[in-house]
Amino acid sequence: MDFQLTADQRALRDGTRELLTGRFDRDRLRAAVDDPALDRALWRELADAGFFALRLPEADGGVGLGLPEAVLVFEEAGRALLPGPLVAGHLLAGAVDGVATGERIVALCDGSAEPVLCEHPADCDLLIFLEGSAPEHVGRARQSAPAEVAHAPYASVDPLTPLARVTDSAHGTPCDGLDVPRLRREAALLTAAQQLGSAARTVEMAVGHARQRTQFGAPIGSFQAVKHLCAGMLVRAELARAAVYAAAVTGDALDVAGAKLLADEAAVHNARDCLQVHGGMGFTWEADVHLHLKRAWLRAAAWGGAQDATERWADALVD
Amino acid sequence: MDLTFTEEEEAFRARLRTWLADVLPKLPPKPAATDWPGRRRHDAAWQRMLYDAGYAGLHWPVDAGGRGATPTQHLIFLEETEKAGAPYVGANFVGLLHAGPTIAAEGTAAQRARWLPPILRGDEIWCQGFSEPDAGSDLAALRTRAVRDGDAYVVTGSKIWTSHAEVADWCELLVRTDPEAPRHRGISWLAMPMDAPGVTVRPLRTLAGSTEFAEVFLDEVRVPVGHRIGAEHDGWRVTMVTLSFERGTAFVGEVVACRRVLAELARTARANGRWDDAVLRRRLGRLNVEFAALWRLTQWNVSEAQRTGGVPGTGGSVFKLRYSHARQELYDAAAEVLGGQALDAAHPWVADRLSALSYTIAAGTSQIQRNIVAERILGLPKGR
Repeated sequence: MDFQLTADQRALRDGTRELLTGRFDRDRLRAAVDDPALDRALWRELADAGFFALRLPEADGGVGLGLPEAVLVFEEAGRALLPGPLVAGHLLAGAVDGVATGERIVALCDGSAEPVLCEHPADCDLLIFLEGSAPEHVGRARQSAPAEVAHAPYASVDPLTPLARVTDSAHGTPCDGLDVPRLRREAALLTAAQQLGSAARTVEMAVGHARQRTQFGAPIGSFQAVKHLCAGMLVRAELARAAVYAAAVTGDALDVAGAKLLADEAAVHNARDCLQVHGGMGFTWEADVHLHLKRAWLRAAAWGGAQDATERWADALVD
Repeated sequence: MDLTFTEEEEAFRARLRTWLADVLPKLPPKPAATDWPGRRRHDAAWQRMLYDAGYAGLHWPVDAGGRGATPTQHLIFLEETEKAGAPYVGANFVGLLHAGPTIAAEGTAAQRARWLPPILRGDEIWCQGFSEPDAGSDLAALRTRAVRDGDAYVVTGSKIWTSHAEVADWCELLVRTDPEAPRHRGISWLAMPMDAPGVTVRPLRTLAGSTEFAEVFLDEVRVPVGHRIGAEHDGWRVTMVTLSFERGTAFVGEVVACRRVLAELARTARANGRWDDAVLRRRLGRLNVEFAALWRLTQWNVSEAQRTGGVPGTGGSVFKLRYSHARQELYDAAAEVLGGQALDAAHPWVADRLSALSYTIAAGTSQIQRNIVAERILGLPKGR
């Protein structure tokens, strides 16, 4: 047993962080807040870096890596608040032409959700719906061109993620080659990885602010009331990390559901505590804290929530 | 990231399982919780069985009489012994997890030869004399004085929260040898015989009704200078070695045990109809997620220790914060499952619910753990 990152995995994580720091810095992030249309040039750069083809065999032009490596890359995406249907691009890179290279952008919609939401509707070239409801999620996948799908406007709470409410998705073409339960499981895991990245990032933001901000003649991070909030944030992120990484290694559906639950809690509660540590500034549009919180809310609602996870883990106690 | 075990590790696990299946049925029945001499005999006998089978001091270095096992093998040992229902480390806790590793790391060859083998054989039991009535979380405020008189220290003061004091042979004792020095620099670490004249033990009754620990009064107790581990006045540093061991793997077996209790809670809830209450059912499911993740965090921390050469990292504080809270949540959920029976002090889950209350206090309160996490891991400034 060696449940730690290998040297290659650390290099992949560091390289991804460096790439995103360079290509999606704070100016780009704030520009995306003002105009959330996806940057197609950036999307192709992400594809060139192997974001989407990461797990495709090298013979097919992929990078030939596994689920743990994908989790590390998506953790970095969550850290950077990188917008767009990244999970769909990664999961469908081998199934839909042009996705691996970033030429086409595809969205993956949970047809069992209520309402059915589609992210970045104006940017997507293809929509894929997964049918089937919890807990078994056995169902088919259908694909549609965006123009063929009836949808209504939806005022997304997250300024980085435009949404549309799909009102009729029943007329798409069946895509029989897709393993729907596997897509759901891996979408949940990669979403959890993004939540983990966000949770770890908000710890850093809170700590950075607490060291810098002075009140009563001392950095506020020297006060236990603030210190203990920050410590609690790290504990949440680290427990979620252990669960998310383990689920990446086992690939087990139950492990994924538990990891998603802990990562959702860590991302949402850490963003809340980060906001609190930032005080009045945390409540402003200008601070980035709200972007983490809002995205965390969106991700927590996608691909299996707390009720589903706790019921499954309760069942596992008596099986 | 690899969660699979090597062939060697699997072989170790298989040998251990075979041995446990062979010896556990031969073990005498567990004595009553109040029978302290009986509990000492029982724990010592188990330790002797481990010693004879080559499992004593598994994680200790070979030159200290241990087996030099990897942290992963130690994890397997703790997991398998707990799953098989083997006795907990019990009265041997301080010897095997605090005093022994400290002597192994800091003692002279003669000191190691004197004290380590009897710990491994279960012949000698140790207790811990660290906390004092006015030095709890602020351990460095300790005032028990040791004054040099020829080849001995004359020790006067009092210690508190000393587990197994009534049955211990030795006490790992922190004393102030230099009252003038800055407080962290005037402390020494002594091995004190509990039968020395001037040692008085007064058991303390816990809120659970039992006498798990004691106050120890020291009135001019003579401790030979040769019983000092490490340099004079260097006891604080010596002690920190000990405490990091305590926070490393001390709770591994307990996580396994908590997961077993949780499964029993679910079975009981199914039998008494409370399982149909979705709120309670999901609460048990949420606890299942929590303990499964704590097990993964343990594997993460153990793997880290393996890479750094066995030194437990600060991950222990992260683990303890979450685990101590989860254990209390587990027994609060048990009370929900029990319903009216939750007020029956004779029920084992009720007794465990009471003892769980100590977990956020003992071995560093949750508040102190948060300070450690915030200052040592996150780098926040010291303050109040």
